[in-house]
Amino acid sequence: MSLPTVPDVKAARLSACQYTERFADAGQPLTAAQALVEAERCLYCHDAPCTTACPTSIGVPSFIHRIADGNVRGAAKAILEANPLGGMCARVCPTEELCEQACVRNTELGKPVEIGRLQRFAVDKTIAAGGAPLFARAPATGKRVAVVGAGPAGLACAHVLARHGHDVEIFDAHEKAGGLNEYGLAAYKTAGEFAQREVQWLLSIGGISVTTGWRLSSAAQLEELKSTYDAVFLGVGMGAVNALGVPGEDLAGVRSAVDFIAELRQAKDLSTLPIGRRVVVIGGGMTAVDASVQAKLLGADEVTMVYRRGPEAMSASKVEQEWAQTNGVTLRHWLAPVAIEGQDGHVTAVRFARQVIEGGKVVATDEQVTVPADMVFKAIGQKLETQPWPDAGIELQGGRIVVSDTGRTSLPGVWAGGDCVSGGRDLTVEAVEDGKQAALSIHAELTATVA
Amino acid sequence: MADLSSNFVGIKSPNPFWLASAPPTDKAYNVIRAFEAGWGGVVWKTLGEDPPVVNVNGPRYSTLLSHDRRVMGFNNIELISDRPLALNLEEIRQVKRDWPDRAMVVSLMVPCEESSWKRILPMVEDTGADGIELNFGCPHGMSERGMGAAVGQVPEYIEMVTAWCKQYTKMPVIVKLTPNISDIRYPAQAAKRGGADAVSLINTINSIMGVDPATLAMSPNTGGMGSHGGYCGPAVRPIALNMVAEIGRSPETAGLPISGIGGIGTWRDALDYIALGCGTVQVCTAAMVHGFKIVQDMTDGLSNYMDSMGFKTLEDLRGRALPTVTDWRYLNLNHVSKAVINPDLCIECGRCHVVCEDTSHQAISFDVVEGKRVFKIKEDECVGCNLCVSVCPVAECITMRDLQPGEIDERTGQPVSAEYANWTTHPNNPMRTA
Repeated sequence: MSLPTVPDVKAARLSACQYTERFADAGQPLTAAQALVEAERCLYCHDAPCTTACPTSIGVPSFIHRIADGNVRGAAKAILEANPLGGMCARVCPTEELCEQACVRNTELGKPVEIGRLQRFAVDKTIAAGGAPLFARAPATGKRVAVVGAGPAGLACAHVLARHGHDVEIFDAHEKAGGLNEYGLAAYKTAGEFAQREVQWLLSIGGISVTTGWRLSSAAQLEELKSTYDAVFLGVGMGAVNALGVPGEDLAGVRSAVDFIAELRQAKDLSTLPIGRRVVVIGGGMTAVDASVQAKLLGADEVTMVYRRGPEAMSASKVEQEWAQTNGVTLRHWLAPVAIEGQDGHVTAVRFARQVIEGGKVVATDEQVTVPADMVFKAIGQKLETQPWPDAGIELQGGRIVVSDTGRTSLPGVWAGGDCVSGGRDLTVEAVEDGKQAALSIHAELTATVA
Repeated sequence: MADLSSNFVGIKSPNPFWLASAPPTDKAYNVIRAFEAGWGGVVWKTLGEDPPVVNVNGPRYSTLLSHDRRVMGFNNIELISDRPLALNLEEIRQVKRDWPDRAMVVSLMVPCEESSWKRILPMVEDTGADGIELNFGCPHGMSERGMGAAVGQVPEYIEMVTAWCKQYTKMPVIVKLTPNISDIRYPAQAAKRGGADAVSLINTINSIMGVDPATLAMSPNTGGMGSHGGYCGPAVRPIALNMVAEIGRSPETAGLPISGIGGIGTWRDALDYIALGCGTVQVCTAAMVHGFKIVQDMTDGLSNYMDSMGFKTLEDLRGRALPTVTDWRYLNLNHVSKAVINPDLCIECGRCHVVCEDTSHQAISFDVVEGKRVFKIKEDECVGCNLCVSVCPVAECITMRDLQPGEIDERTGQPVSAEYANWTTHPNNPMRTA
């Protein structure tokens, strides 16, 4: 069998209705009847392990009890009070490693209460129902806070600050607010424009304005924010993509998975997106899974997700890995890229070296594997843009902003949270908690009475 | 295999499961289906005098439901049979002729006048029915007209009407009692004085199911207005069992045959009634929820249970639990139980801890040890109240251990006495007898 010499990359591999079907909501929302029956399974644990396991400490038994009582609005309030992005977290949280792993029903019946789906039920129903605002803003404090980055951390921070009576201006480099929720997640996780609906709900509290198309790239800009506002929160995420550092990375058909996902999310018509017949995705995280599955859904014939270590080391959760496999993605492990091969300037294959563990370290062997590819997506992680942190006097560690427990950076008056700070697993729910804690810290500082 | 046949005041049936007088026994069509399914007998839906009563043309029933809509309680405002008397009598005659081995009891409710009872009794006897049940229990509608529970709430009326029935028919007379009274023993005694062959209980309990939150009208209602109904189903079973036991252990009525009614849907439920002395059990709600076929599960379950216990007939089982029911004052105050938590079964929900802490005796500790949530009984605080056992979601995870005589009760610091001592002789009792 000879490899085709012309790379097989094309758009419109599917019919119009196939795109709709394939990118439909993957979340299987609960019906009202299902929610009631599921809610009844909750034991209303004391000092509930699920709440402890939740980075934002949602009062899970209370919100589930309220669903069971027919008080869905009260359930949503309990969720959103602790986690203003409870709707998105219900969709993207690895619940099987957080609240649902802690559920005592696992021990008893081998099946946790479906906390994530119940949470989604309560928040979706309540946001869709509209009506009076869930939260009333505290009396105006007259304080103004700048939030840089309209992703989960920045939005959570802004919402909590607004609740406490502060005015907030959010700045974001993109065209739309939402951050990774809008640009970095698979479309089927946030079907029906949920990311934007959630942003609209968050902003509906009032007191938050959003400036898009504004990028923080100089120390002078930060200095100006500091002097204009009473506090600054940085939730800038990780704007840069790690390079593979292997020959052939600049060949046509090789791109970052982040860009691919963002383009897909913003595409008005999925049939305009070109996709290779054979796609290789390099990486082991959620982004790699989102890129792999969506490549498959766009009509790629063979999608291979390749990771340099074993399945247990992947940062994609087990459920995500299985989701990829269910969708026809082939997962290959213990292979690290050594070169991307091409012809006439376009990628044709990726050559990998087999990895083994020797003396506790991963090392390459002489065995090499070549996987043919018309397209290659790099998903080996992102990193913080290098500027303007050193110039602005913000301390970094391991390429990320150093913060205290309450989100303070080394620069007085500046807080930070989300993926751009060190620590954690870069989960959406952790970013939300960072934003919330920073907001509470900012609030405490801005309202402290001077002795 | 155990013999489930029953002979209740001379009324024979192949098993003790009868359908209670209610919608399921309204007419031949239903009763024939019931007999085909295996029911041991029926109490035909209550007959009254012509012209027949009229029912509302709106909701007659409503339910208290769990979240997955299991029926826990059931409410009805249906009256007695709304069909002509002659039609009912003709169908009773035919069905009894076609199903001679099944119990055919006819429920009756006519005005509290001797002439009314004297008129209807021969007509019923003429059908070949096995017995009659006097409906002194219906708590809605009919009671407003001086019948049903209005009779059952006045012991003198019970005695009087029962005596008339004994005078004008040879059929066994079962008196069905209302629970809407303060002490079930008085109506039972009245029935016995009147010559009743047996009592059956309970009829339904006065009930309002709730209020519609949107309209703030009583729910369900008939065109905006509602009236109280009669409540039955699983939720009433403990109330009925107590009443059965009260009659069984009262010296005046001990030995009076009882047909048990109230929330029976499984063989386990029937077992409760039979062990407390009932000769037969009557079922309605379970049939109205599941259909007639459930009788097969009930007879099969009871039969298997009896085999496993070595009981050959219902009489081997009947009344066995009754001697274990007594007054509070005779409970052994020297007996001490303590809760025991089996850590291997514990799922770490913490319910036992929080309820003991908030509402009971602060006798369950909560610590996190190496990531495990550990709950332990503090024997020096535990009074053996059984709350933790009651709320634990895992069967057998928390059990009660009886302390042995001589063992130290850590709460009091005293050894457990082997002596039986109750309130009647307790030093704190100002009216102690010794």
